[in-house]
Amino acid sequence: MRPILMKGHERPLTFLKYNREGDLLFSCAKDHTPTVWFADDGERLGTYRGHNGAVWSCDVSRDSTRLITASADQTAKLWNVQTGEQLHTFNFDSPARSVDFSVGDNLAVITTDPFMAFTSAIHVKRIASDPSEQTGDSVLVLKGPQGRINRAVWGPLNRTIISAGEDSIIRRWDTETGKLLQESEPEVGHTKQITSLAKSADGSHFVTGSLDKSAKLWDIRDLSLIKTYVTERPVNAVTMSPLLDHVVLGGGQDASSVTTTDHRAGKFEAKFFDKILQEEIGGVKGHFGPINALAFNPDGKSFSSGGEDGYVRLHHFDPDYFSIKI
Amino acid sequence: MAEVMVIKDVEALAAEWGIDTSQLDYDSIELPRGEDFGIISDDEDVYQEEQLDSDTGFGNVIVVDNLPVVPLEKFEKLEGVVRKIYSQIGVIKEDGLWMPVDSKTNKTLGYCFIEYNTPQEAELAKEKTNGYRLDKSHFFAVNMFDDFDRFMRVPDEWVAPEIKPYVPGENLQQWLTDEKARDQFVIRAGTDTEVFWNDARHLKPDPVYKRAFWTEGYVQWSPLGTYLATVHRQGAAVWGGAETFNRLMRYAHPQVKLIDFSPGEKYLVTYSSHEPSNPRDANRVIINIFDVRTGKVMRDFKGSADEFAIGGAGGVTGVSWPVFRWGGGKDDKYFAKLGKNMISVYETETFSLIDKKSMKIENVMDFTWSPADPIFALFVPELGGGNQPARVSLVQIPGKQELRQKNLFSVSDCKMYWQSCGEYLAVKVDRYTKTKKSTYTGFELFRIKERDIPIEVLELENKNDKIIAFAWEPKGHRFAVIHGDGPRPDVSFYSMKTAQHSGRVSKLTTLKGKQANALFWSPSGHYVILAGMKGFNGQLEFYNVDELETMATAEHFMATDVEWDPTGRYVATAVTSVHHEMENGFNIWSFNGKLLYRTLKDHFFQYQWRPRPPSFLSAEKEEEVAKNLKKYSKKYEAEDQDVSLQLSEQDREKRRLLKSEWEQWVNRWKQMHEEEKLERQNLRDGEASDEEEEYEAKEVEVEEVLDVSEEVVSFEYGQ
Repeated sequence: MRPILMKGHERPLTFLKYNREGDLLFSCAKDHTPTVWFADDGERLGTYRGHNGAVWSCDVSRDSTRLITASADQTAKLWNVQTGEQLHTFNFDSPARSVDFSVGDNLAVITTDPFMAFTSAIHVKRIASDPSEQTGDSVLVLKGPQGRINRAVWGPLNRTIISAGEDSIIRRWDTETGKLLQESEPEVGHTKQITSLAKSADGSHFVTGSLDKSAKLWDIRDLSLIKTYVTERPVNAVTMSPLLDHVVLGGGQDASSVTTTDHRAGKFEAKFFDKILQEEIGGVKGHFGPINALAFNPDGKSFSSGGEDGYVRLHHFDPDYFSIKI
Repeated sequence: MAEVMVIKDVEALAAEWGIDTSQLDYDSIELPRGEDFGIISDDEDVYQEEQLDSDTGFGNVIVVDNLPVVPLEKFEKLEGVVRKIYSQIGVIKEDGLWMPVDSKTNKTLGYCFIEYNTPQEAELAKEKTNGYRLDKSHFFAVNMFDDFDRFMRVPDEWVAPEIKPYVPGENLQQWLTDEKARDQFVIRAGTDTEVFWNDARHLKPDPVYKRAFWTEGYVQWSPLGTYLATVHRQGAAVWGGAETFNRLMRYAHPQVKLIDFSPGEKYLVTYSSHEPSNPRDANRVIINIFDVRTGKVMRDFKGSADEFAIGGAGGVTGVSWPVFRWGGGKDDKYFAKLGKNMISVYETETFSLIDKKSMKIENVMDFTWSPADPIFALFVPELGGGNQPARVSLVQIPGKQELRQKNLFSVSDCKMYWQSCGEYLAVKVDRYTKTKKSTYTGFELFRIKERDIPIEVLELENKNDKIIAFAWEPKGHRFAVIHGDGPRPDVSFYSMKTAQHSGRVSKLTTLKGKQANALFWSPSGHYVILAGMKGFNGQLEFYNVDELETMATAEHFMATDVEWDPTGRYVATAVTSVHHEMENGFNIWSFNGKLLYRTLKDHFFQYQWRPRPPSFLSAEKEEEVAKNLKKYSKKYEAEDQDVSLQLSEQDREKRRLLKSEWEQWVNRWKQMHEEEKLERQNLRDGEASDEEEEYEAKEVEVEEVLDVSEEVVSFEYGQ
């Protein structure tokens, strides 16, 4: 089907997130306003105004009432999804990069960038069920990795946190003690910055995308490498189909050198791979800048991509997609 | 020196190989000339490094002998004379001139040492002043200080060289006997150089040999494919062998930059250019010609870069490689160099000029050898403002007779294209229009093999079209031209003989508006790739010239190189990092444009098919094979079928395995997931399900009090 082109952002997209029912799509971009869309027809429902910097990431609670966003204005904000009202602001000393709600939505993990004298850090905040009782205190702060932490997500039962970032190493932390439990094996791991990380629908495994032009699939419990997907371009965004065994990689040539070459040289395609066989199935073209964000609808019947070009493209699959055989 | 410490290692190595060193006479081993500064290969780095150190110590010192023996009072005068002579050549170091004095007689000893700043200056000084006549009885004998050791070791008595028993060498052509009749190719990516079989049936390259830091420059196959040449700081080396790649020979030539084989791969030409000590001088150029098999220097040429700059009267600076062009086909009989107002032709029997002199040709601009016969074509531009016309001549060697000459008028430039069998020569002539403001192009076509060498003039239909590319069909009688002015030029095919016109060139067809700027004929003819390189982003059109139809169009985005395999069965297109760093790698296509496989390699520098020597089949035999192709091909088709069956079987097996592994992993996970179900529920405040589908629809009745009002109702008893 023809993709739905969603024009609402004025700056490059950074992150996309569906709510659990798959009827809402939240988009973050370098323009300061996260936006919510109808995931079916791409109609814009509203924006969340209040940030004063690029918004890097967001997450929505299971019951679709709360939205949390991380921004370069050194804050993370908690929003009322329905009204767009700011419920709480977490202040940091450096830009916030990624957010993720825990199972049960009682906790959120927020990463902050290294900035001036501050090193990068992973913060765990308690999310109060009543916004008026919300405090900014951290339950846990994890420090150690060099460079930016591009993504941190919760492991099974909120017992661990998985982080990945500029140093190309994936780490597993204990959320009780704050100890570093494990690092990914450097022999099998990425060789360049990890740009993105996405968990499977059941949370059993996750996929990482890296500038080393590959994506890798890992076991969330023991960080063992399961699969590797090799492509021709730096990978900026990854996602997995909740329905079929497909992995989608998005990326493209670095934005700074885009203008110097033909748009085909950039390979700004979302590439589909067979998750098990690690073979490329196909690609979805359309963006004229690198793809920065990818998200699958939880029903597996559509996905959206956000590009450096400032557009979100919403793709509903044709029926023959579901009968692909290789 | 290095050998002192090497002995122990040699013994260790010998023991490893099972050689009894006690019976070995080390002095009987003869090192070839120039071995001292041999070529580093990774297994020799250690020793070479040390040797280099000792070399540099005195490499810039020369010893001047046969000086007059003078008493002390004349010492200064002599020193002054010597200093004057030698400062002309280079800068003598401070205190770099030392003339020893015999303490008994208080006279000089008749020799002195001179230290220059660089070994190059010392080398030059030796060359220039050896044999210098100071006066009637004193002729300088100049030597490098470093050479003295060697000279001292020359035994006084002549010993008959020991004739070693003949040891049959490896079969260097082993690769041609591959049962699957595959071809090899070499690639260079990053620091690795690798040789592969092109296993088109299995749709992948099959590795043969890989080595990191194999070369410090580039690699090059010899023209018949026997050797692979590597370039190093100390010289060049060739590699080959039956099973793997062993070093067969080294050719010492410090700082070698370029190498070139003679067409019959008998000789190797190496080139280096050295910065002069005096910045006003031109670079010094050294060219050596080696015998490939013995490693002997057959001839060396030294001089300033100007002498080797091609361009004749035009005065173009820089050396165009190869400086020496080989002629006379695969016999390697002649080689020639273009000079100012002359062409120097050498023959390889004596490595000297034919008739001991160069051919004087006023203002000669360019020449090219016929690929088959000892004939070359040369071009002389217009002289005297058009009073003397430009001309193209065919000259036969060794007689130097002019076979044919054609005068051309108002010519701006000429370019000569030989057909691969030397049957035809096409000369592309750019002429000025009457106003002299622009040029147009025509062709002069020579039929070399016919009596009197008839010449035909061919002009394009649209005379103003620019010629973008021209190429002869290898071994054939057709040629293709890309011409046009616009962004989409036309491609025309011509034939030198057709059924209707046996002696005339005729046009076969013109393809309009193609995205092409380069032509790549299959080595066996019949097929050509119209390629759009650079600006056209790697468009490829596979065209069948027999049927005049396009077989396939494809694209290898940003392709920089197109190379047919020597049999014309496959084509490789490559994106090398010379032009840009993205998407480096190569694709292999079938001759009819089917993409067989692709390989991505970062920092991809070079792709080269291993050439094959010409077939031993006679022309008749080849024709017979072509006629009965069906009969011969049956066997191979059956093999192909087997392979593809086997492949798909393997593929299925692999997939099944992957799938089952995955299943296992998922099952393990599911089990754990189940075990943790309760805990998850707790985390979610008792919300039961993980899955959307299991959502329970509960009907909840909510009673809301909308309004409460109190009213006083009058109440009367007993109403």
